[in-house]
Amino acid sequence: MQTSPSRDLAVGLFVLLGLAAIAYLSLQLGGLSYKGKGGLELHATFGQIGGLAERAPVVISGVRVGKVTRIDLSGDMRASVTFDVDESLELPVDTSASIRTAGLLGNQFIELEPGAEDELLAPGGEIAMTESALSIEKLVGSLVHDAGLGGDEEAGE
Amino acid sequence: MREQPIERLGAATTRFVLELGRIAQFFGVILLQVAKPPFRPRRLIREIYDSGWLSFALVCASGLTVGAVLGLTLHGVLLRFGAEETLGTVVGLALIQELGPVLTGLLVTGRAGSAMATEIAVMTATEQIDGMRTMAVDPMHYVVGPKALALTLAMPLLSCLFIVCAIFGAYLIGVQLLGLDAGVYFSGLEQSVEFSNHVLGSLLKAVVFGALVSLIATYRGYTSGRSAEAVGRATTSTVVTASVCILIADYIVTSLWEF
Repeated sequence: MQTSPSRDLAVGLFVLLGLAAIAYLSLQLGGLSYKGKGGLELHATFGQIGGLAERAPVVISGVRVGKVTRIDLSGDMRASVTFDVDESLELPVDTSASIRTAGLLGNQFIELEPGAEDELLAPGGEIAMTESALSIEKLVGSLVHDAGLGGDEEAGE
Repeated sequence: MREQPIERLGAATTRFVLELGRIAQFFGVILLQVAKPPFRPRRLIREIYDSGWLSFALVCASGLTVGAVLGLTLHGVLLRFGAEETLGTVVGLALIQELGPVLTGLLVTGRAGSAMATEIAVMTATEQIDGMRTMAVDPMHYVVGPKALALTLAMPLLSCLFIVCAIFGAYLIGVQLLGLDAGVYFSGLEQSVEFSNHVLGSLLKAVVFGALVSLIATYRGYTSGRSAEAVGRATTSTVVTASVCILIADYIVTSLWEF
């Protein structure tokens, strides 16, 4: 079999591009690993996480700094959420975590609000101040109730 | 002699089962020959050039177009529900799970599978295959093995290229033309696509389709008759059989993968 440099080049290029495509799908989109791996792992316990899912973003002031890695049910039947954030972040111990929704029906994510203490959260630390996910049904329910629109008993008579 | 319909059905069934058996046997022989030294890397590179590189431009162009069409159509529908932010999610999952491997499989069948079947069928018809046997070169090892392996290896690469091009195509339409936010598009993709579930399944499908197309193409070529007409029949039957088999295999792999 004769060697042909241009054909070898084409095949090499094809294989490289193909592998790059597989790598992009697996690493970037598939989230096999992400840049900043081995970062700061933190825990937070919420009473209600709503539709929060693994790999949901963790943001500070709207800037993405990490993602949710694990969601478990804790011993006291609350949701224990583990997430990974950029290890260069210096988060005070009184940082609070809230579950927010992008838009009215969008995906849910965790928003961190750094506190004012000098002491910093250590890797594996627990965020004490948490705010659960807002339930739209409850919100609408209380709105209806407050506005006095839910008065079936009067309307019925 | 007048054949009875039940007898005809019986004969057709026997022929079909025999054919299936021969294909299975052929597949076993290919596996043995691919694993048997001497390995011929130069033959393999040449075959990857034929089935991979020569399909490269076609696959990328088709991916770009399919992605653009998906972006345009879905954006219009999603906009009605105010859910155009989910464009990335919908496009990504549809492409990775189904469209990427299946459409690439069909394109590769038309581009590389037909060429492979024709080449082997012509070699059979012009007695080149017999000539090799005379010279104690096993055609299964020298011709069929490298071709089948090359196509099976090239399929996952082509399928992923197709998917990436299509994601880019949908990005061009959804983000650049229709004004969706680029961050929303890509974070939708990143959040919904999972490696172990979607990407691995997609790669598995591509490998299965590649093996299927190469098996059918080499078998049809190898067992083709020795006339110009038979060569044409081998090519046509490769494209038809392989296309249908890809769609059937897609259903089977999808349903098995769910468990």
